Amino acid sequence: MDDFEDDEFDGPVKKFMYVNRKAPYGTVYALEGLEVVLITAAFDQDVSMVFVDDGVFQIKKDQETSGVNMKNFSPTYRALEGYEVEKVYAEKESLEARGMTQEDLVIPVEILNSSEIADLMDSQDVIVSF
Amino acid sequence: MALLHTVNKSPFDKNSLSDCLRRAKPGSAVLLIEDGVYGALEGTSVSEEIIDRNNEIKFYALAPDLAARGLSEKPLIDGLTLVEYDGFVDLVEECSSVQSWL
Repeated sequence: MDDFEDDEFDGPVKKFMYVNRKAPYGTVYALEGLEVVLITAAFDQDVSMVFVDDGVFQIKKDQETSGVNMKNFSPTYRALEGYEVEKVYAEKESLEARGMTQEDLVIPVEILNSSEIADLMDSQDVIVSF
Repeated sequence: MALLHTVNKSPFDKNSLSDCLRRAKPGSAVLLIEDGVYGALEGTSVSEEIIDRNNEIKFYALAPDLAARGLSEKPLIDGLTLVEYDGFVDLVEECSSVQSWL
């Protein structure tokens, strides 16, 4: 019975990386990916979230979706910190190709180049891609 | 007006914009919608594709799709015209036919 009252997760902690590569509204990948991260954040794992390729568009600030009748889920990225998802990265090359900088983003991220992203990817136990 | 081409895929992810521009004749219109509006941004790795054809093709982008993606304040390619949904309808009406590069 004690097991049920203890809400601390005491299983093995693995390194999880969530790779986001899609723009936010044209497909449902971005929204689904964000929901999976928030759900799994409850399991006290070592989570990294990475935005590469068109994924960097997910965290573009100033999204205003009333004209297209879709939910603007970009403010939800600000909740990641509250879920202790603090390792958030964006790829330098992806931002540059799209004419974007840190100034364009709705959350602070650590900007890494492709080879640094590759190293980070190499060090994970589990990679989940959206 | 001649053909209206619509492009709804990001030019950074898919070749739809290039595929369209390879077939779009001078005098035709190209309307960027949905993720296609990313192609309207100035100063990107793909901006030149539109700039190169700007003198012979009329380019449009759907404003609500730009706003949804947080691009209302970003610099767009010179000469590109923003339209609302009613402007989209007007373009469809004015053009001989519509080709969607899905």
